[in-house]
Amino acid sequence: MKKKITAKVLKQEELTNGIYSLYLEVEDFADAHSGQFVMIYPGAGENLLGRPISLCEVSGDRRIIRLVYRVAGAGTYRISHLKEKETVQVLGPLGNGYDMEIADKAQTPILMGGGIGIPPMLQLAKDIYAVSGRKPIVLLGYRDRNLFLADCFEETAQVIIATEDGSVGTKGNVMDALREKALNPDMICACGPMPMLRAIKNYAVESDIKAYISLEERMACGVGACLGCVTKTAHIDDHSKVNNARVCTEGPVFEAREVLP
Amino acid sequence: MNMKVKIAGVEFKNPVTVASGTFGSGMEYGEFVDLNRLGAITTKGVANVPWEGNPTPRVTEVYGGMLNAIGLQNPGIDVFIERDLAFLEKYDTRVIVNVCGHTVEEYLEVVERLSDEKRVDLLEINVSCPNVKQGAIAFGQKASELEKITKAIKEKAKQPVIMKLSPNVTDIAEMAKAAESAGADAISLINTITGMKIDVRTRKFVLANKTGGMSGPAIKPVAVRMVYQASHAVNIPVIGMGGIMKGEDAIEFMLAGAAMVSVGAANFINPGASIQVLEEMEKYMERYGVNDINELVGAVT
Repeated sequence: MKKKITAKVLKQEELTNGIYSLYLEVEDFADAHSGQFVMIYPGAGENLLGRPISLCEVSGDRRIIRLVYRVAGAGTYRISHLKEKETVQVLGPLGNGYDMEIADKAQTPILMGGGIGIPPMLQLAKDIYAVSGRKPIVLLGYRDRNLFLADCFEETAQVIIATEDGSVGTKGNVMDALREKALNPDMICACGPMPMLRAIKNYAVESDIKAYISLEERMACGVGACLGCVTKTAHIDDHSKVNNARVCTEGPVFEAREVLP
Repeated sequence: MNMKVKIAGVEFKNPVTVASGTFGSGMEYGEFVDLNRLGAITTKGVANVPWEGNPTPRVTEVYGGMLNAIGLQNPGIDVFIERDLAFLEKYDTRVIVNVCGHTVEEYLEVVERLSDEKRVDLLEINVSCPNVKQGAIAFGQKASELEKITKAIKEKAKQPVIMKLSPNVTDIAEMAKAAESAGADAISLINTITGMKIDVRTRKFVLANKTGGMSGPAIKPVAVRMVYQASHAVNIPVIGMGGIMKGEDAIEFMLAGAAMVSVGAANFINPGASIQVLEEMEKYMERYGVNDINELVGAVT
């Protein structure tokens, strides 16, 4: 039986303003892969529900996970105060994650991460490199010079950076960087803010390529029961029988044409 | 030690079920708990046709609980029978099917579709969902309306009928009596308490539906009080729920007058919560030398 586990904090640090990196020792994340997430529980009276946070990295032995997250409210604020050797309740891995078979078949896959959508791209880049032996191009979009995680990609990916204020790399967002570098992906994997994901969807439709995007939604259970985290779908969803899919279960990764109608 | 309870002539192996809407039809939680150990599985509300539910955000956290405005999204009775009831066939537990609708006719259609389904042990009629504009709660807030729909359902239903009551009323005893006088075999309460949350930074409602139903441990004292009042107003059994997080919470509901208890939002906080509550109830009984769980029902007057 699956269960909520008690994870030990190995290390926590603030990477840049309000963005934290948390390493947790977990019992067994054997099945974990890129694009999946965990529910992590702040565990206090006013913050009872889990916070869905995507896997940034999973260690080779599947016993250590890394979460990189932004402090967005009281729950993540509480999580950001976890210290080495303290414990925290975790449920996971959850969700579908990225399909490695599809990623392996792509000749020129491009990964795009915007802001707090960057962390899941790290494990994805590692997984793609592991299965294909090729370093995928990763476009990372930041607000300004306060980069985070960019250096972690170097071993497994070719990194291109865009900043909104132009302080590093291309001025603009990841789509601006894609155009500036005249890149022609045959597949995109992306995570980031909704306007970025909509732009990627439009690009994918125009270019007739697939784009796999990871969505974020408020969740209660994280396991598909509460129906809190649904997203509108282009077609009738097989589980719900209406135009709603559960981000936690059918997602969080969807082919862009299937969602954001 | 006896954990068996009986409601409307149906025997349950123990008094622990789950609150409708917090457990799907059990499929998702089957990975986390042994469904056979539950006294009953109470399914997510099902209507005559698929319902889309409300726009998102549908859930948000509040102090000691959460607000939800799912809007009773469900796949409709056809898929429910083919898929969900077929799934439940495999398990040795009672099945309580929660029924929702916008009109009396819609409720009746579902009740009639379920009438020949052997896997359905009891029906729970949701006349208390605060998140659906038409129907649902409208039937649960006026005693005369509640009586009307209860009578209509009792005429058609082949299984015992539980009326699920709303806490969003002035006098819960009056509503309980209305359900009983119209022939309900049992009542369950409380459904969620209507609430609201505003984001002070954006000055917008957090939920797309503006209001949502509050659940979680913060509502427990209200629920215990209402179970006490309702159970003292009627002679039919009461299924108590509202903020049960641990075994002692469930015991508290039974002492207040509940013959059975439902674990709700706790399932979201810990997918193993329902069985944990059951085990903790057994520990309580051992510790206090309670031989029969039924001794506790309404023991505090």
